Amino acid sequence: MAAEGYSAVQTLASYAAGYSPIGSKASPAGGFAPLVDSLFQRSLDDMIKALRTASDAESLIHRLLTEIRREIRSTDSDTKCIALLKLTYLSSLHSLDMSWAAFHAVELLPSPFPAVKRAGYLCASLSFHPSSTDLLPLVTHQLRKDLQSPNTSISSPALHLLAISSSPDLSIHLSNDLLSLFSSSRASSHVRCRSVATSLPVIRLNPDSSTIFLPKLVEALSPSSPLLSAAVSVFCELVSSGNPRPYLHLAPDFHRVLIECRNNWVLIKIIKIFARLILLEPRLTRKLVDPICDLMGRSPAKSLVLECIRIVFSSFPEPETPLKLAVEKVKEFVAADDDPNLRFLGLHTLTLLRPGQSWAVEENREAIVKSLADPDPNIRQEALRLITTMVFENNLVEISAILINYSSKSDPEFSNEILEAILATCSRNFYELVMDFDWYVSLLAEMVRNPHFMKGEEVERQLVDIALRVKEARPELVRVARNLLIDPALLENPLLHRVHSAVAWISGEFIKFSRNPMEILEALLQPRTSFLPSLVRAVYIQAVFKVVTFCFISFMNVGRISDSKSDIDKNTDAASEDGSDEALFKKESLGVKELLTSKSILYMLNLILKELSPLSECDEVEVQERARNVLGFVHTLNEIDWNREEEQLRSDIKVREIVNFMNAVFSEELGPISIHAQKRVPLPEGIELKENLNDLVEILGNHYIAPSPLISFSTRTQNHNEVKQESEPAAESSSLLAEHRKRHGLYYLSTTKDEDGSSDYPRATDLTKSVHSHSMTEDLLMLTAQSSVPRLTKPSKPRPTVVKLDEFDDSPSSSSKHAKEPQRDVLFVNEKPHSDNYTQRLVKETSTASNVDSLSKEKSLLGEGEITSSSSRKEKHNSRGNHYVVPSPLISFSTRTQNHNEVKQESEPAAESSSLLAEHRKRHELYYLSTMKDEDGSSDYPRATDLTKSVHSHSMTEDLLKLTAQSSVPRLTKPSKPRPTVVKLDEFDDSPSSSSKHAKEPQRDVLFVNEKPHSDNYTQRLVKETSTASNVDSLSKEKSLLGEGEITSSSSRKEKHNSRGKERQRSTKKSESKEGKSHRSSTSSSHHRGRHKHKQGREPGDTASNIAPKAPVFEDFLL
Amino acid sequence: MIRAVIVMNTQGKPRLVRFYEFQPPERQKELIRSIYGVLSSRADNVSNFFKTDVIFGEDTRLVYKHLATMYFVFVFDSSENELAMLDLIQVFVETLERCFKNVCELDLVFNFTKLHTILDEIVFAGQVVETSSSEIVKAVEEIARKSLSHSLQL
Repeated sequence: MAAEGYSAVQTLASYAAGYSPIGSKASPAGGFAPLVDSLFQRSLDDMIKALRTASDAESLIHRLLTEIRREIRSTDSDTKCIALLKLTYLSSLHSLDMSWAAFHAVELLPSPFPAVKRAGYLCASLSFHPSSTDLLPLVTHQLRKDLQSPNTSISSPALHLLAISSSPDLSIHLSNDLLSLFSSSRASSHVRCRSVATSLPVIRLNPDSSTIFLPKLVEALSPSSPLLSAAVSVFCELVSSGNPRPYLHLAPDFHRVLIECRNNWVLIKIIKIFARLILLEPRLTRKLVDPICDLMGRSPAKSLVLECIRIVFSSFPEPETPLKLAVEKVKEFVAADDDPNLRFLGLHTLTLLRPGQSWAVEENREAIVKSLADPDPNIRQEALRLITTMVFENNLVEISAILINYSSKSDPEFSNEILEAILATCSRNFYELVMDFDWYVSLLAEMVRNPHFMKGEEVERQLVDIALRVKEARPELVRVARNLLIDPALLENPLLHRVHSAVAWISGEFIKFSRNPMEILEALLQPRTSFLPSLVRAVYIQAVFKVVTFCFISFMNVGRISDSKSDIDKNTDAASEDGSDEALFKKESLGVKELLTSKSILYMLNLILKELSPLSECDEVEVQERARNVLGFVHTLNEIDWNREEEQLRSDIKVREIVNFMNAVFSEELGPISIHAQKRVPLPEGIELKENLNDLVEILGNHYIAPSPLISFSTRTQNHNEVKQESEPAAESSSLLAEHRKRHGLYYLSTTKDEDGSSDYPRATDLTKSVHSHSMTEDLLMLTAQSSVPRLTKPSKPRPTVVKLDEFDDSPSSSSKHAKEPQRDVLFVNEKPHSDNYTQRLVKETSTASNVDSLSKEKSLLGEGEITSSSSRKEKHNSRGNHYVVPSPLISFSTRTQNHNEVKQESEPAAESSSLLAEHRKRHELYYLSTMKDEDGSSDYPRATDLTKSVHSHSMTEDLLKLTAQSSVPRLTKPSKPRPTVVKLDEFDDSPSSSSKHAKEPQRDVLFVNEKPHSDNYTQRLVKETSTASNVDSLSKEKSLLGEGEITSSSSRKEKHNSRGKERQRSTKKSESKEGKSHRSSTSSSHHRGRHKHKQGREPGDTASNIAPKAPVFEDFLL
Repeated sequence: MIRAVIVMNTQGKPRLVRFYEFQPPERQKELIRSIYGVLSSRADNVSNFFKTDVIFGEDTRLVYKHLATMYFVFVFDSSENELAMLDLIQVFVETLERCFKNVCELDLVFNFTKLHTILDEIVFAGQVVETSSSEIVKAVEEIARKSLSHSLQL
């Protein structure tokens, strides 16, 4: 009550002072209650004052709202009006919802008092919108009436409401009234201008209505019309927000305005309109050059000059004169020392220049470089953008040096923006600008030492990326990595940890390039590594593993180089793949071997023991597991009697075994894999991902070993018999290795770079000896994958090769620019996955996909090499697929326990792999077919199985699967265009229509499939399958639809493996031909639709040109 | 077109908010807050533009002027010229100066409706309709006169 009294006094006082904008309460109140309401009502000013002094605004607003809700229902229009104004104020400045009061606003509109009416309109135009207000139909009549009002203060708010809150219906109903206002003699030019402006939203809401508005709007384009400015604004909006084509024929009118009008606002809009139209009709340039140059030369208005510069930079392709003039003018802008606005806009316009005109940017180079230190962040950013556009191969080094210099002087934020710009520019399109990778790698290292450095993630990615793609850069990378690794001060900076992860990985993976592995080892084990997060630490430990393995092997191989070479040849493909690499390795390691003595090895082992032992109890599984892994290996090595003569030591059989084994573990190189590889691995049918695997415990019986690290540790110590000693670390190491690689693979995948699947599970394990432990079966896994990583070489550039695999992401047309040499792929897969407690299985698979040399002259689609190698990888994909799909710890853990003391290369995946493979292949084929892309079917099903032998053990059957597939990859040739091969593994997203554009020659398929898949626990099955897809020579003259080659090859293949597969195959085959047709038809129909749509989109324009058929006039104008 | 006109003080309190594309109140609040966040981080000797693609969507930019305790902010798209918009802010401020005589923040606080009236004379539904401050003052006075003559008081 007290508050009420206070407010009443306030209200009265403010009326006395005549302060309130809204009238006093003298309206003919019909009764006492409204009068009291009116008397005690807070005015808007009272409310504002109360809000300003309130300590608790929230609760006050709540109280005010309650008041307003009461007052707004008042029958007295003044009371209602004030309540509504208060609400509008709260809504506008305090973000309160007022949609509930829409009806009250509508109630005020018919009021005879202009002030009340205006309040209603203000409220409505601030809060009404068709999406939230369904009362708009109620105002139609009132709007119509008010539009005709001779009182400007009534008609313009009505127009405003129509302009910003209208619904399509409302605008249709009122469009005639609006039109009549255009030329109404009663209405002031004030209102007529606004009615012209209102036509814009009306046309937008009802494109059809443009037919009635456009003639009037065109009429207004006369330089003497009072409506000119409004009409030009409307055209500017129409042209820039929609399709400008319908307005092209108005160019002569616009041109006249450009010549005759002297109003800068209008000229700016006209130039903006021309900037759009000129894109459609380049001939307009000729007409525009003179007036634009004239304006640019004489106008004192910077805004107009700016607009002229813009149109010249963005749309005048040819004539030199205006460009030179514009560059002169823009120099004035850029050099405007006292006005940061002009500097900013000047730099911004320079970014509009096309690449061919970069000389204009170059002319301002000094100012731009200076702007890098400008206090204005906008200006700095524009300058940075401009500088990156100036970068070419020949000045990359110089500009990078400038940028690095500025980044060390800038504030942290901008410093990192600069670094980001450098990183992005240099890595653009697979480092196309970088000629000298040694330089770039050192640049990266320099960046890392910048005090503000925060781009750890990107630098990490690029370091690893370069290491994988550019072989030639590896020695320098290792050198740079060493420097970063060794500096203990850097470890304290958490922002560098990602970089540390990369350099540790590089140091480990390419330790063979290191001059002093001992030093690297010490760096990896330095006490400050405790600053690192556990994941990076895990990488460090893995690197330790690689280093110690390398040192051990190198030491043991001294004097046996020829031996080791043959060993390496036998076991690894990566090394033999590249002769120069091998040579380098030899040369480097010779020096290293001098350093290595049995003493130094022992020192290493002790160092590792000392530093890593505490980590074997670490809480982080990654760290713990890897630490144990290394420790296990170290223990094994410690078993060796190191006191013997070196020669004796080297000839020890056991030592040789370790050497051979470990040689195989890390010898294969990691390569890139396509980011899409994982997607292509289907979820195999029949695999139970969600199933609880507790039952496995029973199956495993007494072999079950709890997965807890503690117990596994004890198991290990328990099993310290000799055999175990040897097999275990090795066994574990290979599976750990798999883990590691998987992890790495994942990581690479996530960086959206490509990678090479073959290196995901690159294993070349050699069974040197059967290992029996307890009543376990013996596991054997031998897998040798040899795949040549395809190279893309750019002719004429003496530049290290950058391996790119993901070309299939590119559109075929873009990739077709790269010339490519045909490649040979030799693919040899030998796999003996194995392991289960009750079965012994031997799966040997050898698939060789070699490209036929005779085809090598043909232009092949890019990335064919990957297709072939990917087929060999399928097996791996499958097993990997399992892994990826089974991320749940429960499942992976049970697998692990099961496999605890075996060379357990994922027994489950292996067991399933053959059937999965079939699935996978089927799937793949389907996919290839469905995309209608050219793909090589034969590499999809390359199988030639030979049953060589059956093995029995423990009353179980032994399965043997040997797959040999020899397939020649068919080449797709394009008649005249030297188009490189494109791997289209991922093309299924593309519309078939695009692919059907390519003309294609029929292909030759030589396909020899011989398959004897087999496997079951209690049966022995022999399935012999031979399917030969012969060349389709007869077709060779026909123009065939794209992908027909696959149809034939796949259809000629028979899948006897399982009936379902067969069915499926057939159905694919059938659907195939259908699909071919349906694709075509759907393509054409989609074309139809597209055109139809287009037409629809242009309708207003078409109609527009119907009304004003000025095409001939326009042509004349252009001439 | 002009997307929005916002006047706020240096504490981020809005004094005049006009969106020419409908925005629900909550969204308005958010937009104002983001704009204030950028404005308050900018020094005085820097340019008056910045891109608002993140705040208002593609192709929008903003020009502002910092006068006394107030920020005058215009948000617009590529069919307006930056320097012209800067001039328009000048026109708006000049008009306020004429209408209020030595305009200060308090004038803006207590003249909610009048502010809108003035702005509507300059910008109509996102289009610039008048750029001469004397014309605008004339129109505003005319409206006040007509309102008085018809109603009992305004």
